[in-house]
Amino acid sequence: MDLLANLLVGIEAALTPLNLFYCLAGVFVGTLVGVLPGLGPVATIAMLLPATFALPPVSALIMLAGIYYGAQYGGSTTAILVNLPGETSSVVTALDGYQMARQGRAGVALATAAIGSFVAGTFATIVLAVAAPPLANIALKFGPAEYFSLMVLGLVASVVLASGSLLKAIGMIVLGLLLGLVGTDVQSGTERYTFGIPQIADGIGFVVVAMGMFGLGEIVRNLEREGGVTLLVRKVTNLMPTRADVKRMVAPIVRGTLLGSALGILPGGGAMLASFASYSLEKKVSRHGSEFGKGAIEGVAGPESANNAGAQTSFIPMLTLGIPSNPVMALMIGAMIIQGIQPGPSVMVEQPRLFWGLIVSMWIGNLFLVVLNLPLIGLWVRLCAVPYHLLYPAILVFCAIGVYSVNNTEFDVYLMALFGVLGYVFAKLECEPAPMLLGFILGPMMEEYLRRALLLSRGDPMVLLVRPISATILVMAALALIVVLSPAIRKKRQAAFAEDL
Amino acid sequence: MIRHPKDFWSGLIFMAAGLAAAVVARDYPMGSALRMGPAYFPTILGALLALIGVAVVIRSFVTPGERIAGFAWKPLAYVTIATILFGVVVRGGGLAVALVTLVMLSAWASRSFRWAPTIALAIGLTVFSILVFVKTLGLTMTVLGAWLGG
Repeated sequence: MDLLANLLVGIEAALTPLNLFYCLAGVFVGTLVGVLPGLGPVATIAMLLPATFALPPVSALIMLAGIYYGAQYGGSTTAILVNLPGETSSVVTALDGYQMARQGRAGVALATAAIGSFVAGTFATIVLAVAAPPLANIALKFGPAEYFSLMVLGLVASVVLASGSLLKAIGMIVLGLLLGLVGTDVQSGTERYTFGIPQIADGIGFVVVAMGMFGLGEIVRNLEREGGVTLLVRKVTNLMPTRADVKRMVAPIVRGTLLGSALGILPGGGAMLASFASYSLEKKVSRHGSEFGKGAIEGVAGPESANNAGAQTSFIPMLTLGIPSNPVMALMIGAMIIQGIQPGPSVMVEQPRLFWGLIVSMWIGNLFLVVLNLPLIGLWVRLCAVPYHLLYPAILVFCAIGVYSVNNTEFDVYLMALFGVLGYVFAKLECEPAPMLLGFILGPMMEEYLRRALLLSRGDPMVLLVRPISATILVMAALALIVVLSPAIRKKRQAAFAEDL
Repeated sequence: MIRHPKDFWSGLIFMAAGLAAAVVARDYPMGSALRMGPAYFPTILGALLALIGVAVVIRSFVTPGERIAGFAWKPLAYVTIATILFGVVVRGGGLAVALVTLVMLSAWASRSFRWAPTIALAIGLTVFSILVFVKTLGLTMTVLGAWLGG
């Protein structure tokens, strides 16, 4: 069995004391940022990236991954206890979770979220282990034309599944692609858009962009609508679900896990979409439909399973194709590049320890989450109540030190401040920052693949449409756009994002 | 008449950025499709972005939308200036001075600002950061810079 042999490699890599430690650290920090409202996984991973540069690649990625799925878990705690989603993916959990807490069933809601997350995490890990190798094997046969098309598809898909104006999202992607080109052109050595500034001769650091847009920009947005947090439950008791609860949560957990695993693989999918879709589904199929919004346990079990499953399977396109499906994956790719690993299908072949170690660590991380977090619930409850005016200066401190330490240059700090302002302005104009970050990471890669594809085809751009796989991928991208732009679907899409809020 | 101010301004930004990218790229060799020069890809992208900008602007005259809500100038200014000051101070004044500046100034942005907890926070974060980043992780940053004779 190949799979078993591979998993053994992974177990060996993940079970070293060092990697276990970083896995634990990752899920702990992840839960922490998930619990704290106003601090998201993108900003956190960006802040901690500089600290991981010195680590071996396996440990660094294990920890960063832990932050991501840990945050999905932590977000539910805040959603249930204070009716504030700690993460966007927990928005729907707040609907019924908070109502359960008001009925004195906070403990049960938290336990349901934990059980659902663990089941989903376990299943998604298996999906990842089974689905990734064949995908990577197909991708190994891809040429530059296919890669270029794949990136086009990835970028298009990342916006069709997002909310808001499609046209503006595409504009943000292109803007990101352009920003990614700043710096020295690898082929010719020409400095582009650097205006003679030596600090950006190697390009703008993606940590700078991510921290500016998602760290600083978010802080200003949060301060704008600053308000007090009222903690509903000071002490959580009685975590045990009743027999009836368990009966009602089984089916939603299974459905949420399957749905989340499937949606996570899609480019542009991931945790948030998965939780929204699961909530809508549960509401439709449940026999207790009228209870939704009033503390239905299904409304917690489904979405919480789905978001954890989605968070994990969204690693599949990143690990096998080197294509980020959301900003967190974009940061992971950035982390790999800094570690000297070329993201793409070759990672599995050339870095089996990294690849399988990461996958195995996810299951271990999920185990940590259950074992650690239910006993630690008292700590998280208190953290939910940390007022934002004490939190954001701390976020700023980590951002400033982090961005400065990458190159030891003040210039990066100034640039981060600039991107903070930009992030806020774009938020005001309802331009999503996430597509921009994806474009920013993919810009240089896309140019390189296009260059090679055209070189091989003697300058004929039709190569993208003549090669069957490349053509298929581009047609899929075009279809996705057409489908979303058609008026009927457009209305449905708007309704889907508005419905449950 | 502008019926969708958010779209209108987004579109203008896209147009300006796209045009700027394409115009600046004229200084770089264009190359050919066979051998793409450094100007090739950015010119395509710049043109595309400008076109998207035009489309968004045109749409803003047709489809109505909300007005742009007022800017939160105070938080924006404090957070930005505090961050920039960190950069200005961190080398000469050292990490300790830079962090206290950053925390104290940025905390002003909040409506809930109060002196006592903020000072405690500034001291706590500074000590924590020095212990973690400088002492434990070994980042090469001076704690007290040349300005203070450190």
